[in-house]
Formats: sequence, C-alpha cells, structure tokens
Amino acid sequence: MLAFLIRRISQSAIVLLVMSMLVFVGVFYIGNPIDIMIAPDATPAEYARAVKELGLDKPMLTQYWIFLKDAVHGDLGNSFVYNEPALKLILQRMPATMELAVTAMLMAVFIGIPLGMLAGIKHDTMLGRSIMRFSILGFSLPTFWVGLMFIILFSVQLGWLPSGGRGTTVELLGVPVSFLTWDGIQHLILPAMNLALFKTSLAIRLSRAGVQENLQMDYVKFAKAKGLSNTRIIGLHVMKNIMIPVITVLGMEFGGLIAFAVVTETIFSWPGMGKLVIDSIGVLDRPVIVAYLLITVTMFIIINLLVDIIYSILDPRVRLGDHN
Amino acid sequence: MRKKLLLTLAIVACFAIGATVAQAKTLTLGLKGEPTSLDPHFHNVSANNMQALYIFDKLIRQDNRQKLQPGLAKSWTPVSDKIWEFKLRKGVKFHDGSPFTAEDVKFTLERIPNVPNSPSSFTGFVSTIKNIDIIDANTIRFTTEQPSPLLPRQLAAFAIISKKNAEGATTADFNSGKAAIGTGPYALVKWERGDKITYKRNDAYWGEKLPWDEIIVRPITNDGTRVAALKAGDVDLINFVPPADVDHLGKDSKIHLSESPSTRLIYLHLDSDREDSPTVTGNNGEKIKNPMKDPRVRKAISKAINRKAIAARIMDGLAVPASQMVPDGYEGTSTELKPEAYDPKGAKKLLKEAGYPEGFKIIINGPNDRYVNDSDIAQAIAQMLTKIGIKTEVSTMPKSVYFPRASKLEFSLMLVGWATDTGEQSNCLASLLHTYDAEKGFGASNRGRYSNAKLDGMLEEALITVNQDKHNDLIIKATELGIGETGIIPIHYQVNVWGMKKGLDYNGRTDGYTIPREIVSGK
Repeated sequence: MLAFLIRRISQSAIVLLVMSMLVFVGVFYIGNPIDIMIAPDATPAEYARAVKELGLDKPMLTQYWIFLKDAVHGDLGNSFVYNEPALKLILQRMPATMELAVTAMLMAVFIGIPLGMLAGIKHDTMLGRSIMRFSILGFSLPTFWVGLMFIILFSVQLGWLPSGGRGTTVELLGVPVSFLTWDGIQHLILPAMNLALFKTSLAIRLSRAGVQENLQMDYVKFAKAKGLSNTRIIGLHVMKNIMIPVITVLGMEFGGLIAFAVVTETIFSWPGMGKLVIDSIGVLDRPVIVAYLLITVTMFIIINLLVDIIYSILDPRVRLGDHN
Repeated sequence: MRKKLLLTLAIVACFAIGATVAQAKTLTLGLKGEPTSLDPHFHNVSANNMQALYIFDKLIRQDNRQKLQPGLAKSWTPVSDKIWEFKLRKGVKFHDGSPFTAEDVKFTLERIPNVPNSPSSFTGFVSTIKNIDIIDANTIRFTTEQPSPLLPRQLAAFAIISKKNAEGATTADFNSGKAAIGTGPYALVKWERGDKITYKRNDAYWGEKLPWDEIIVRPITNDGTRVAALKAGDVDLINFVPPADVDHLGKDSKIHLSESPSTRLIYLHLDSDREDSPTVTGNNGEKIKNPMKDPRVRKAISKAINRKAIAARIMDGLAVPASQMVPDGYEGTSTELKPEAYDPKGAKKLLKEAGYPEGFKIIINGPNDRYVNDSDIAQAIAQMLTKIGIKTEVSTMPKSVYFPRASKLEFSLMLVGWATDTGEQSNCLASLLHTYDAEKGFGASNRGRYSNAKLDGMLEEALITVNQDKHNDLIIKATELGIGETGIIPIHYQVNVWGMKKGLDYNGRTDGYTIPREIVSGK
C-alpha cells in the first residue's frame, strides 16, 4: 500500500510538471495577452510598460523558470487581469463548482442507479423501455441546449425556479454554500439537473447492463433456488456486483464533472471555476489558466487514487499496486 | 419566496389604487460583462469604467451622448495656454463622511501612473500634466507640458478616489471594498465574484435624486441566459440585447426595449504600407505587389461594400452606416463626409484604372467573439468584394488569437472595432490614422500602417491648439484627408439595445454603459 502510494505520488509530480510545461508553452505561443487587455488607444510606450510590468518581455524559458520557482513555494502567480493570486481566485470559486458537481453526482447516483436497475429487471416492459429511451435522450441532447430549455420551461414559462445565479449562500465551516437556504436550493436545482442529465443516463445504462448480466449468473439462480426473496437478491447480491463498474466509471466522470461544468456554469451564470477559466482563456490570463489546469489534474489524480482504493475495498480480490 | 413577494406586491398594488407605482426599492441589473477589479485605475476597460461610475465620480461627467457636464468639478477654464484651472464642487462627501477636496484630486492623479501590474492603465490621460497646484481646498490648477485642449476630455475618463481611504491601498483592497470608497451615487456593499455586486444608495449624494435604494448587478455573459433572466423576471433590466432577440422581446407585453446608437465603430484596416502583404496573392496564387498601396484600390474596396444591406440584413437594423470614426454630431466630426455609397460599377472601374482589371486574391481576417455578428459581417464583405473581382476568403478566430496576430501585422485586410472613450475624433486619428511612431506615441492601433505626413502635421498641431474652433477645424480636415484616402474603411456604428420590465425606462448611452441613476420608473 505504501509503496503503491509513493509510486503514485511521484508519477503524479511528473504529470504535473509536463502539464504545466505544455500549457505554458501553448499559451505563450497563442500570443501576447497585452494585445487583448490594453486599451486600443494606448501609446506604444504604454504598451511596452505594461509588457514589462507583467514580466512578459522576458524570454519564455526565463518566464517558465520564474513560474516553477514560485510554484514550488505554492505561488502560482498573479492573475494579469485581476491582479490577485491565481490560486486564491480559483479556490474562491471552487466551493460553488464542488457544490454543483456533488449535487449533480448525487442526483445521477440516486436517480440513475435505481432507474437502471429497474430497467434491467423489467427490461421487456413499457417502463423498462421508457427508462432506456430517456437515457438515450440524456446522452444525445447537448447540455447547452437542455440548459436553455430548462430555463425557458421552468423559469420563463412556469416561473417555478430562478434562471441563474447562486442565490443566498451561508457559510459552513467558512465556505459559502447554497444548499442550506431555500433560496439557495432553488438556484441549485436547475443547473444541477442540467449537469446531472448525462451522468444519470450513464448510470442508468451501466446499472441496467450490470443487472441483466448478473441475473443470468449462477449465483442468482442458486439464490432463487434457495428461496431468497427477489428484493434481497437484487438489493444486496446483484447490487454489490454491479457497483464496481458503476463506481469506476462514475468516479472518473466526477473529475470530468468538476472540470467541465463550464457549459452549465456559463448558461446558468453559476459563479464557479469553469466560468472563471473560460473568461481567463478569453484574455489569455496565463497564470489563471495554468493554475486551473494544474488543480484539475491534481483532482483527477486524487480521484483516480480514491477509486482504486474503493475498488480494493469492494472487491477483495483486487490488490493495490498489483496492476503491473 | 419570490412568489410570495410578488403576491404581496400585487395585493399592495390592489389596495393602493390611485397611488403611483409602489416606492422604488431594489433594481437588479443583468449585465454582459463583469469588472475585473473595483480599483478604478487598474484596468482601462469598459466593464470596469462603467462599474466605477456606480461608486465614484469623475471630475467631469460625460452625459448619455458623451458631452461634457460638470461632475466633481463645477467649472474648468484655461488660465493660459498651458494652465487649466478647475473649480471643485463644495460640500461633497465620500461614503465614509470625509469631505472631498483638491487633495483627493491630486492624490488620484499621482496614483494613476503607479498602479502596480496594470495591464492597461490610465497613464495616457494624465501624462501631459507637468504640475498640479492646489490653490485652495476647492481650486486646483494643472500645468501641462504643451498646450492641451483635450485635458478636460482626458479628465473625464477616470474616477476620483479618496486620499484618506486609498493611500497605500492595493488593487485587492479595492476589490474587498476597504478602499472602494467614493463620492458616487451608490456605495459598495459586497462583491461576490462571478455572482453579484450589491450597492446601496448614498443618501448624501451631491447630484440628482436617486431613484433606487439598492442596486444588484449580476454578470450574465451568455446572451441567451441574459434574455431568459429578463423574461423570467429575475432581473429588471439587461444590456446588450442580441439583435436576434429584439423582435420577439418587442412583442412581449411585459417587456420594454430601448435603443441607442453607440460610438462603437466597425471598420476595416487595410495594409497600405508593405510591398509584400501577407495574405495578398495574384489570381493564380502567385506573389504580387500589394495592390492596396494604391488609394484607388482601397477606395474600390470601400465602394464595393453595401453598408445598408449589412445594417439591414446582418445587423437586423441595429447598425448605422458610418462615414468616419465618430458618429455625426460629435465634436470634431466632418459634415462633408457621407457613408461611401454602394457602387460596384465604380469599384470595378477604379480597379481597372489601378491596373487590376481582373482583381486579385486576399483573405479578410476578423474576430468571431468580439463584436456583434463580427464573423457574419466579414463573410458578407468577402462576398461583396468577390463580386467586384477581388476573390476574398474569410478567416475568423477567437479574439485572444486574433488581436495578438493583428498587432504583429500578420494580416492584410482586417475587421476591427473602435469606440472612442473621449467622445471626440482626435483620439481615433492619433491611434488609427497617424503614422505609426512609437517614440511620439502615435498610431498604436494603426495596423494598416497608413501614413500621410500632412495628416500627421494637422493632427499634431490640433493637439496643441487650445482654441476650440481652430482645434476642431484641424481635426475635421485631418479626418477628411485620412478617410478621403481610405486609410481605414468605416462600416457602421453598432446600435445597443436595453431590455427592461414594463414600467421602467432607460434612454441608453452612446458609450453603452448602464447607469442606474439614469434608469427611471416611468409614469
């Protein structure tokens, strides 16, 4: 276990380094951010001053070296447009994204898995087929469009829920959260539903396939022969067996949910990290872009690690570190 | 909660028959951009400059047609060629109750060139000032290096901050609200980044009566969401209604629209300097000498463009064909210049005269996420040029890729926009048409590198001519010269549209700002 962790962490450090290099070089070659940020009537002298002030006149390698040196001390640089530490800006926005992603994931798990299992058990009925049709819709409709439809239906036509923003937040252990106020929850429902739609469909498909596969297995027949109730067979034995693929996939997807909540955040003007990074890419605010991607990669690494660990708990045959 | 509130309001309204609309309370605005900072001197960009007007005041205000009006300064007069005297308003107080004096003005002007890490500072507006002399608490004199007719315009560009509260303050102190203490109509309550900015009324405001107790600004970048938020009643007013939505919002009985022309000019810059231009080739792809060095070819391109069709079809009527760089009626605009008429025959004739009867090939470059319908406009222009024999390809890209490349002169024909901050024409001339000259600070955005010594001379003279009439005269002549030689090709000015709940009214502004003190509840 320890050797496994050490190896994982050192691998991760290399991934982060390579990642930072790629992003740095990439953004550097797109162009000079000053061209976008500066007022168009600024004089060339003004332009030169701004370039110098932000350190953009130095050769790329020097800039990268300065970045690395500071990064080791936990300083990922100051945003060009906000003039505040990039890390602080992102961490400020992280709770909003996390709250949205976790809510969406919970929706996917608690709606998707039961529905999927139901569809697996009653695969020949009207109900089973309707669930599958719903999941096809969930897969194929673009998030962007669905988001707008949700707004048009629930906010504009019915007036049930607000069309965007985060609503009233309260501090929980110093972190602002929306789910503790009614206003906050109202604001959370639509974007979370929007973000959850795809993952719910995924969970439905995975658990349906799992249930169908397992129902054919000998242990289910044996259990039936032993006279166990259907509820117990499905709810306990089958459930346990289908959970491994579901958890692996959803775990990986959770990282994606956080990193790519961008679209949902933009449509619902949800003040999360995704919206911040989109704005930053628009003005080539390199420190924020680099910091965001580094944080995202770190998150993926951690989630992968957690998935591996949960995996080994769920299935004792799997040993950590035995992959190669 | 909201429903309950609405119900309560409805009941109140039923009982209060005959009374005017229930007292104005909170106004929620859904705006396209979010400021990058509340430090009014950190980043010269319109979202920031607009937000600064909520909290702060300028010495000189620009009204909704960008004419100068007294702000914190009651009057300003040139004492001599190089000295301006400003009389400041008495009895003005900052939000914390401390009095506004000439010291605050001096402090502000001295801070501007020294804001650390500013990606776009206001230094250009104060760089002509050599000395600042405080005569008394309400009188201040500025001595400039050279006669400076534009000083009042320049001093109408930035907000005045409080010396007491902002001395030694960083940009972060403004963002947190600690130093964001102004004399303006609204005081900052809280900025929740990405979600909302809350302001409350400054009851001690020196200016007009303020109609709203509380202002909430919600940044909603996505056009569709902004429109939906208005339709759902989540916000009271939105800016930059997309042209495509104007029609159906206009039919909505609960919504009122208002529009205002803007100073946002869309124009083409053409490489009129280099022999060998990057995207120009002959009809068979061979290298040719850059045809656009010939003013006749540039004129032909201008004549080939059907501005009325672009305004009507692509902009849904929300554009005004442009003849120069600032709309008619502004200071320093020529009454002689008219939008170039659509004349494909004349264009072909000019091409023939210039020695290109068969035309040539070129690429038009433009951004696709910067101006209203930018890539569609580029497409239309390409088709129009192809019709007269200039086979034009279109290549558009995100602004973050486009502008750095445009500034590196990688393009031959490009679509760009411009909006004057000062509300007159000299700053466009200096940036767009004056010969590029890094040392003297001219031609910063002259990406076509158009150059005419006569124009340079007239502009430079105008910039040190304090007599207003003579100054304007020189600017007008220089403009007529530059546009006459087609140094740039003006296409149109955008028209901005605001959408709001029925019962509200807003006249709009040519600078595109949304200013709460000008939003009234009608009737």
